[in-house]
Amino acid sequence: MKAPSVSIPNQNAAGLSAVARRRLQAVTYPLAGIAIMFLCWWLGGWVLAGNPDTVIFAGFAPGPTLASLQQMLGEGALWDAIGASLYRIGAGLFWGCLLGIPLGIMVGYFTTAMQMANLPFQFLRMVSPLAWMPLAVMIFDSWDGAIVFLIAMAALWPILFSTAHGVRRIDPGWLKVARNLGAGGAQMLRKVILPAVMMDMMAGIRLAVGVAWVVLVPAEYLGVTSGLGYAINDARDTLDYSALAAVVLVIGVIGYGLDSLCGLLMRRFNWRMES
Amino acid sequence: MGATISINGITHHYKAGADPVLQNIENRIDSGECVVLIGRSGCGKSTLLHLIAGLLQPSEGCVKINGHQVVRPMAKWNMMFQKPSLYPWMNVRQNAGLGLEFAGRPKAEIRGRVDELLMLVGLSEYSEANVQSLSGGQQQRVALARSLATNPEVLLLDEPFSALDAFTRASLQKEVAAICRDFGITLVTVTHDIDEAILMADRVMIMNRNPGRIEQEFEVALDWPRDTAGVDFQARRRVLMEQFERSENVTPLGKPSRDRVALRRVGG
Repeated sequence: MKAPSVSIPNQNAAGLSAVARRRLQAVTYPLAGIAIMFLCWWLGGWVLAGNPDTVIFAGFAPGPTLASLQQMLGEGALWDAIGASLYRIGAGLFWGCLLGIPLGIMVGYFTTAMQMANLPFQFLRMVSPLAWMPLAVMIFDSWDGAIVFLIAMAALWPILFSTAHGVRRIDPGWLKVARNLGAGGAQMLRKVILPAVMMDMMAGIRLAVGVAWVVLVPAEYLGVTSGLGYAINDARDTLDYSALAAVVLVIGVIGYGLDSLCGLLMRRFNWRMES
Repeated sequence: MGATISINGITHHYKAGADPVLQNIENRIDSGECVVLIGRSGCGKSTLLHLIAGLLQPSEGCVKINGHQVVRPMAKWNMMFQKPSLYPWMNVRQNAGLGLEFAGRPKAEIRGRVDELLMLVGLSEYSEANVQSLSGGQQQRVALARSLATNPEVLLLDEPFSALDAFTRASLQKEVAAICRDFGITLVTVTHDIDEAILMADRVMIMNRNPGRIEQEFEVALDWPRDTAGVDFQARRRVLMEQFERSENVTPLGKPSRDRVALRRVGG
């Protein structure tokens, strides 16, 4: 007698369902990417170590770097540098948001404001934040203040333009209904405009975090004696290349962490229902 | 309770120097009355509704509700639009209670009133649902609950049922008309649907364009509830249709009515 055939849908030869396969790929592919990066890094270090002209830079290889990282974390100096840099990023983003969000709402909401501000803002946006460095040094009486100013200048534009874009995309029906229900200006802002643009605003903040993190390192080359940028500069001056590579690694990891945090916040504020 | 609407010599231009969208509109709508505005696209029906709601200010003349000139939108004279325009970051309950929140009502009062209204529009079990998960008809019911929450004296409907399927549309037309009658709300509706006009209206205003004006009025004079298949309903429908065509001087196909009469004669 022939046994009834049982077919299990959505399974491959290895017995994994499509969903499980996708989940496995979501873990294995990034791990493979990291492994390839480490391999390239290791190869680079091996090439540097093998050449007498470049052997001095062999500290960039993964082994010395990780050893240096462990030592720096143990000594606590790296934590201080991370703390100082995160404070500057936080303060710069705070000012970027404080200026960028209201200006973005104003420029997005009022056509006249948009027409007046578009050209000057586009002009200012194209100026590298680091180009403000001499001006910042003159204006602020502390190095910290100057660095926070540079980061704020870097963060301002993505936040401002994303918020303005979000406001321009608001369904006019939402505004009309709110007016019709008797909403005042503050109520309109709090209950309609801000929630409506939250996703665009968060996207702007995510971009701003990326730009600000990139600007932070050269900004911290300015007179300060703390922060990750300073740590890189210091390691270069003392020819401690393994420490320099360890700081670069930390910058990358923290940058990735900040971006992931922004991604989480974006998902938290996403009111669009996935179909 | 409803409110009396006086439309006093309204003329409206969207741009200075342009042809008027509405010219010299003069009318009075009694408290608790249901008036339906019909007319071809561009005759200014929606503009007139926006002027009554205070969402637009007339170039000349004024609208008065219970003797007070309308200078801005207020929750007491509420408008429902073609699109429900619900806020997707709020659930059904929050959407329905928004007008009360704007009015600064206490949370407990808002909750009680919204529960009442969601029951009235048949959405009690969806109170915590995401509005994006609702059907078009359910979304318009939420919009209706939102409009009724503030106890409006006047309800203005700008074709809110036009995008719905025929069954949902018919049931919502009957429900809205019944609710407005029960609560004595003055109802002004814009529609292209002759059946909707006969189903809901005490009085139909036939509007014409270039410039927008009220061409004729038609008293429906049918008892409630109205049966769309009834002989009286169909007779009123026919008369309204004829009046509409006469007022436009065109047939529904866009030919001058004289041609149509001639064709009828030829056809015997």
